[in-house]
Amino acid sequence: MNQSQGFFKDIQISCLVVGWLLSNTASIILSFRVWGGQSMTDSAPSWFFYSAEMIHSLFLINHLGDIFLEKHWKSVISRSVCDYFFEAREKAVDPENVPPVLQTPHHYLISIYRGKLFFLSVIQTEVPPLFVIEFLHRVADTFQDYFGECSESVITDNLVIVYELLEEMLDNGFPLATESNVLKEMIRPPNILRSVVNTLTGGSNVGETLPQGQLSNIPWRRAGVKYANNEAYFDVTEEIDAIVDKSGTTVSAEIQGVIEACVKLSGMPDLTMSFMNPRLLDDVSFHPCVRFRRWESERVLSFIPPDGNFTLMTYHISSQNLVAIPVYVKQSINFFEAGSCGRLDITIGPKQTMGKTVEDLKVTIHMPKAVLNANLTATQGNYTYDCTTKMLVWDIGKLNPQKLPNLRGSLSMQTGVPNPEENPSLNIDLKIQQLAISGLKVSRLDMYGEKYKPFKGVKYVTKAGKFQVRT
Amino acid sequence: MSASSAFNDEKGGSSSVGEPEYGHDPASGGIFSSDYKRHDDLKEMLDSNKDSLKLEAMKRIVAMIARGKNASDLFPAVVKNVACKNIEVKKLVYVYLVRYAEEQQDLALLSISTFQRGLKDPNQLIRASALRVLSSIRVTIIVPIMMLAIKEAASDMSPYVRKTAAHAIPKLYSLDPEQKDQLIEVIEKLLADKTTLVAGSVVMAFEEVCPERIDLIHKNYRKLCNLLIDVEEWGQVVIINMLTRYARTQFLNPNINESLLEEGGSGDKTFYGSDEDEDEDEEEKEKKAEVAAMAKRKPYVMDPDHRLLLRNTKPLLQSRNAAVVMAVAQLYFHLAPKAEVGVIAKALVRLLRSHSEVQYVVLQNVATMSIKRRGMFEPYLKSFYIRSTDPTQIKVLKLEVLTNLANETNISTILREFQTYIKSMDKDFVAATIQAIGRCATNISEVRDTCLNGLVQLLSNRDELVVAESVVVIKKLLQMQPEKHSDIIKHMAKLTDNIQVPMARASILWLIGEYCEHVPKIAPDVLRKMAKSFTNEEDIVKLQIINLAAKLYLTNSKQTKLLTQYVLNLAKYDQNYDIRDRARFIRQLIVPTEKSGALSKYAKKLFLALKPAPVLESPFKDRDHFQLGSLSHLLNAKAGGYQELPDWPEAAPDPSVRNVEVPEWTKCSSREKRKEKKVEKPFYTDSEGESGPTESADSESDSATGSESSSGSEESGSGSESEESKEASESEEEEEEEEEEEKKKKKKDLKKPVQERVFLQTIAPSSTLKSYELLHRITGEGLSVEYCFSRQPFSPDANMVAVQMQFTNNASSDTKNLHIEDVKLQSGMRVKEFPEIELLPAGETATAVMGIDFCDSTQAANFQLCTHTRKFFVSIQPPVGELMRPVFLTENEFKKEQGH
Repeated sequence: MNQSQGFFKDIQISCLVVGWLLSNTASIILSFRVWGGQSMTDSAPSWFFYSAEMIHSLFLINHLGDIFLEKHWKSVISRSVCDYFFEAREKAVDPENVPPVLQTPHHYLISIYRGKLFFLSVIQTEVPPLFVIEFLHRVADTFQDYFGECSESVITDNLVIVYELLEEMLDNGFPLATESNVLKEMIRPPNILRSVVNTLTGGSNVGETLPQGQLSNIPWRRAGVKYANNEAYFDVTEEIDAIVDKSGTTVSAEIQGVIEACVKLSGMPDLTMSFMNPRLLDDVSFHPCVRFRRWESERVLSFIPPDGNFTLMTYHISSQNLVAIPVYVKQSINFFEAGSCGRLDITIGPKQTMGKTVEDLKVTIHMPKAVLNANLTATQGNYTYDCTTKMLVWDIGKLNPQKLPNLRGSLSMQTGVPNPEENPSLNIDLKIQQLAISGLKVSRLDMYGEKYKPFKGVKYVTKAGKFQVRT
Repeated sequence: MSASSAFNDEKGGSSSVGEPEYGHDPASGGIFSSDYKRHDDLKEMLDSNKDSLKLEAMKRIVAMIARGKNASDLFPAVVKNVACKNIEVKKLVYVYLVRYAEEQQDLALLSISTFQRGLKDPNQLIRASALRVLSSIRVTIIVPIMMLAIKEAASDMSPYVRKTAAHAIPKLYSLDPEQKDQLIEVIEKLLADKTTLVAGSVVMAFEEVCPERIDLIHKNYRKLCNLLIDVEEWGQVVIINMLTRYARTQFLNPNINESLLEEGGSGDKTFYGSDEDEDEDEEEKEKKAEVAAMAKRKPYVMDPDHRLLLRNTKPLLQSRNAAVVMAVAQLYFHLAPKAEVGVIAKALVRLLRSHSEVQYVVLQNVATMSIKRRGMFEPYLKSFYIRSTDPTQIKVLKLEVLTNLANETNISTILREFQTYIKSMDKDFVAATIQAIGRCATNISEVRDTCLNGLVQLLSNRDELVVAESVVVIKKLLQMQPEKHSDIIKHMAKLTDNIQVPMARASILWLIGEYCEHVPKIAPDVLRKMAKSFTNEEDIVKLQIINLAAKLYLTNSKQTKLLTQYVLNLAKYDQNYDIRDRARFIRQLIVPTEKSGALSKYAKKLFLALKPAPVLESPFKDRDHFQLGSLSHLLNAKAGGYQELPDWPEAAPDPSVRNVEVPEWTKCSSREKRKEKKVEKPFYTDSEGESGPTESADSESDSATGSESSSGSEESGSGSESEESKEASESEEEEEEEEEEEKKKKKKDLKKPVQERVFLQTIAPSSTLKSYELLHRITGEGLSVEYCFSRQPFSPDANMVAVQMQFTNNASSDTKNLHIEDVKLQSGMRVKEFPEIELLPAGETATAVMGIDFCDSTQAANFQLCTHTRKFFVSIQPPVGELMRPVFLTENEFKKEQGH
């Protein structure tokens, strides 16, 4: 092996020398030295030996195409590798259409688009793409968790913490510590008070004690948590994804549910949550803390919670079930051949709201290109029309069943252009407080393992997810 | 910006952004002198005694690295601080070192001794981090040091250090592949590790260093399967992928019998769409017959280890990590019997709600699966319906899946959906929809006419792309059976008056020319009209007009001779040389003159040869020869380092390789046990089968030790159990685990009264017991104590939990008077001490049981363990799942409880 390696090196060097001889004899010695240095360090070129690592490098790129952070977990890869990505980015009309996986002559690029930023990772060998994608999202989630948002300005403001985080999250391209609780023990998230104290005292952001969480069987919870007020709150949020036909019939409707928890309990509490109607939940995914076997056998969630905010479970109620649609929409959008104008008339009314009020109602319509302006009157709420993005937004607010909101008027069209054939679809946003539209209800929450009595609370809310009405 | 830059300067630039920083950067600065000053500044700070200044400097340097700027010339100044006491400075120095060590090898060597010292630190976390950094320094000279460090760390007491060792293996391997053999030894050692922490990392190392050494897995297979659910999520992905490959080499194809059934029945229609070639079918049948013949010889029985893998991975479909779900899905797709694969569909559909990148990958895989196993996704058809807000690439993939799922029963709903899609604003998507309609039409003959009519209607669409795409698709459809559709060709001929899109006009003209025999009356008329408008046409249309003229001349020269001459003359003087060329070429070919060679005789054959109908098939067909979920599958090309998924073996390799050896002395007793067990078998399997799902609700992991079944007993077992039915074979490995546990317990229970052992059999815990360390032999000066929660009733007091302790005297002298003293407890807790052990001779082991009432809390019980010479402070903290109370239930009550 060693011999062949040396042999290869020789060939490369001699090639290089010949190349230089042809072009410029004066710089032979110089080039020789440069190459010698490189070949020493890069003794196992990845294209020659099978040297696998999962994630090689990470580049963060803003929406303008500037690379504002790079991190290499192995030897350095030149940023020029990103050019292939920029090329693909040019080709795609909008950032969402950039293929997440790109192939270049020597590398593979896997990227995600989050908060107007591209997280671009460089891969050299076979690796499950989802593995990388999921990890990149976890990185973005961690930034979100640490800094409150995941944007260029916030990342560049906290460059050192970001770098420390990336260092801990990945070792040699393989994920090491991705649990936010473990990370927070090692690298403290910034907050104003501490940064003031740190500048005065010269303190640091790095935890003095090394985290024990990674060593335990429950890496998601740190030991020795103490609170004066022990509380556990759970938010059950359901989003309705629906496609409603022109005629008002439901083409497909699904519910995406999620239980977010905010648990601030001292010690090592062991919680059990049970539901009134667990049968609803046949397609679920859990935080690793949930004991799966217990769910299988008893349909209760039994877990030692992480400290702070986390997603306990998500569930999916598929279109095979009957899903209640809270509102109906009566709409007509017409474009007339003559006079280059169109008419729009939309009315929204409650359908199955289980006696609750629908709030934050909003209708968004992406109009065809030919629509220049909209001249409408709304009986309730305000509407705006953005001529450049062709977005009509009607912000209604609370839905009053006695007086249904209506939006009607004319649309002025570009003259000389044939009528658009397509009818734009309506995207609905809404919110219903204190209701999980699937009917899911938490019946009780018990705590074992600790003596104190915690405050407990469950909140329900239903929202529209990808709720679309076709016209 | 200026304000912020001022702020940055004040703060020493630690959190600086973009432009104002340029001045600090040596590479980009234009004026050298100022640059040097800047760096002098940093060097000074690094040399100072104050940690805060050092920290500030390091922060600025790391920020430079992060922005991709060169900071290599600071190396000597930075490396000095590697031994700095301040932990944050230290960490940042590590970051710097790992980045630049490669470029400054000589200087980097200066830091090595610090890490070597760190490797000996009593704190496991420091040992681990020293190893981590040391192995990340890519300097060839230190390879022997790294090797030594890895070897040492691999036998470290702390699983965390061992995990780090596993991580270091691929690093060293990529630095120096020469070390492979030695590294494999370390991997082999770490594979035998029983902790979940290590499992994922070592399998990752295995995959990178020696994926071909599948033999290393045998002994660890069962353990890995059992540990899987408790391994961290990233490790799960790696292990599952590896086990998929392993299973393909070790087990038989579970679908052998099913392919036999399929062959006989007509039920295979759904699986083999009508688009499939006859020959291919034949070939496949042959192959199947072969396989079936083999199957007949020996009825298929799933290897219990195969079943174990399927059973233990299934819960992971509920993981929150999409990569884990995908890994399990591909495992099921590649390994599970057809009837069981369906479970993955639901989980995959759930992933469609995730980020669009996840959707993209999942849909690609669903597209491949849906070709082979259409039935699996049919119930979720509606989940693939497209929203106008989806990104185009997602829309196209969903369309692909919908098309694959289309069959006689659902085609009408799908076509109705397609109708709405055609009105979309996204024209690329509309084009894809039209192609999808074309594919549905070719695959499902019932709707071919409906689709054609629909497409013909689209010909009047205003959008160029839509029309062009429809014409192209119609052209393809008509090519399949032109004789039936002369009326559509006629209809399209009429369209030439209206359609202006050049591509569409060209396609229509090609159709008419190609099938001029079917429309003998119309074709010359079309040519007449075209000849009239020839000069105003686009180039591609002109070319097709010439083509049409040539074909008509050959078939119907009487009517079209003059027209053709006219067209060719027009073309002769066209501005475009392509067209002039074509005209000259065709004239020579079709108009016989003295000069024209032999070719003109064959003109008809040349022009009117039967053109093969284009094949409309999914681009995802046959992609499943790549392991699903892999990068190679996504790219449909082999990525570097891709491990081929092997074909099923024809005959299963010896399954006994997965058995794990047990020390000699337990063998005979285990055999006795087995006999005892045989008698009460029915009850046993039953109870086990039913209590299966409830087992180890708490993430009880360390069942690894359970795989100690002796190869001897295994053989005898397979002999005596041969008369058992197939069902029994399913539960076999459960029993096996069971046996193993018992054996293990037996080891510990040697001193227990017989009566208790009998009782034990009836309530044998369904997963193996995990033992915890109470006293390490080093701290205990030779005395080591392990304890486990034996999950048996503690007879003196039912409220107490039985804690079984195992004392081992590793010292050279005897230990006397082992007892408990000075018990410190939370209020309410009680302890029943074990009877004093008078004498524990050197090298011997003793067992004792004590009872603790933890009051249902997880508070620790602290006490002193005393020998005749020393006292050790120890504490026992129960995992929640171990707090159990014995309850007497009749069989009926038990069943009733179970129903809840």
